Amino acid sequence: MPLLKQALLLFQSFSSNFMPNTQQLEALVQQVRRDILRMVHKVNSGHPGGSLGCAEFFVALYQEVMTHDFSFQMDGKNEDLFFLSNGHISPVFYSVLARSGYFPVEELDTFRLLDSRLQGHPTTHEGLPGIRIASGSLGQGLSVAVGAALAKKLNHDPQTVYTLMGDGELQEGQNWEAFMYAAANKVDNLIATVDLNGKQIDGSTDEVLNLGSVAQKLDAFGWTVLELKDGNNITAIIDTLAKAKSLTGNGKPIAILMQTEMGNGVDFMMHTHAWHGKAPNDEQLEAALAQNPETLGDY
Amino acid sequence: MKTYINQGNQDTRSGFGVGLAELGRTNPNVVALCADLVGSLKMDEFIAENPERFFQVGIAEANMMGIAAGLTIGGKIPFTGTFANFSTGRVYDQIRQSIAYSGKNVKICASHAGITLGEDGATHQILEDIGLMKMLPGMTVINPCDFNQTKAATIAIVKHQGPVYLRFGRPKVANFTTEEETPFEIGKGILLNPGTDVTIVATGHLVWEALQAAETLEKVGVSAEVINIHTIKPLDETIILNSVQKTGCIVTAEEHNFLGGLGESVARTLTAAQPVPQEFVATQDTFGESGTPAQLMAKYGIDQNAIVEKVKKVIERK
Repeated sequence: MPLLKQALLLFQSFSSNFMPNTQQLEALVQQVRRDILRMVHKVNSGHPGGSLGCAEFFVALYQEVMTHDFSFQMDGKNEDLFFLSNGHISPVFYSVLARSGYFPVEELDTFRLLDSRLQGHPTTHEGLPGIRIASGSLGQGLSVAVGAALAKKLNHDPQTVYTLMGDGELQEGQNWEAFMYAAANKVDNLIATVDLNGKQIDGSTDEVLNLGSVAQKLDAFGWTVLELKDGNNITAIIDTLAKAKSLTGNGKPIAILMQTEMGNGVDFMMHTHAWHGKAPNDEQLEAALAQNPETLGDY
Repeated sequence: MKTYINQGNQDTRSGFGVGLAELGRTNPNVVALCADLVGSLKMDEFIAENPERFFQVGIAEANMMGIAAGLTIGGKIPFTGTFANFSTGRVYDQIRQSIAYSGKNVKICASHAGITLGEDGATHQILEDIGLMKMLPGMTVINPCDFNQTKAATIAIVKHQGPVYLRFGRPKVANFTTEEETPFEIGKGILLNPGTDVTIVATGHLVWEALQAAETLEKVGVSAEVINIHTIKPLDETIILNSVQKTGCIVTAEEHNFLGGLGESVARTLTAAQPVPQEFVATQDTFGESGTPAQLMAKYGIDQNAIVEKVKKVIERK
């Protein structure tokens, strides 16, 4: 059996009942990094920095944390749901969805191409399995997640709704409407993770528009706040998400403030905002891939 | 001239309230959201009967649109309620991305549309909302003309899969449509009065004005065909083209800017298929101001007198 197919089957089985060990998860993270780099390199566009920073989070969520059905029904009844608010990190989302069995990994090769289901930013419009809302225009995902969580309550569906948003994205006012609403209405089946990488297009979040203490703000808004200092450590992510899950149903929405390193896993993409929306050239790709050898087979 | 009896003046927003209450009783998936305007939108009955299916979001319309989009994912059919201004312009990008582009089954129900909102003035009198909404791919745009039609439209849109913009108003106006004689069907214009000299196509509050204008015109020997276009998108092109084939000219009438409204959609249809002279009864690329609805309709040229004048003008151009 070819390596690729073997890897696919292995990871599709993870989605149902087989729990991978940390080493296997890290191998997948490394392969996801390669997918991200190769996807954005091919079309010379896309957002590798934030995608690399969240590779561990996505792998943890889809392989270890969420109960979900990769055969995919839009209504997602009786399964956990995930909404990506900062849609520009679509490369990591697509890679992990594909490697969790939602669609063929070969399709990653169509990222941002004409007639592709893998649009620059995620969309339901082309019918890509795993996507339940379009995102890209920032600040909208949390409201959608709140709505989905309210629907679960109406449907007596005990599963959890997860969402991820960027830290720069918190500058959008709609988020704060949603934070206020979720606390006031005890939307306690919702776990919202903020990717605190401290960077946005024009520079550091401190320089562009200082967010102050996000923890204090969310605490004051009535959320349970968990701080995850090492958001690139898959074990730490799994532990924090498990703790968050244990706190659901207590009358308060839960936020995880996850500190990540933008560009994680590629030394020259780290500690800078330069790779927010820039693709590597041929030499840079080669260097980046050399730091992340193939583990499960490239698409 | 076919006569229609005013069963008593009523506001179209009350038609929405009654329709929504009925949906609450008949469709368990219907949920409602409001941004601090429950009384204005006449949602009290639905809320009293279905408290668990109502979401008061406060003065946060952007969040309301996002929550509505999310609720559809669990199979709910959300009806959002606020003024037309806050239902469209204020939240355009939320509607565009989270609802229209995402293909979500949200019913955006907008009261106090147009200039007849009256004394509150131009900050609240949106005259651009039809244009904003009809430009969104996949959005259905409906502007019913009276209490009964608004009630019927509210009930009808639940069966339509996809986003809908339902536009209605504040003032009490003639209530004259009936289920038997003028049944409501999405996308299907209603021939209210057959005529031979001119076609008058009207939407919303201007429909009753068009009927009054037709009566006036009859007295001076002008036979006006009056068509009620309640669904601006998708537009019933057949009923319009059939009519102008007979009359050879058309006046469109709406409580909206002439840019982006019903008139523009009709003009596009005519230029593509059968160009005839057209005159527009609409506001002329302007903001409104404070005043009573009747004063404002007169000043901004969107009442029965304006329709009569435009009919005379368009017939001269034939």
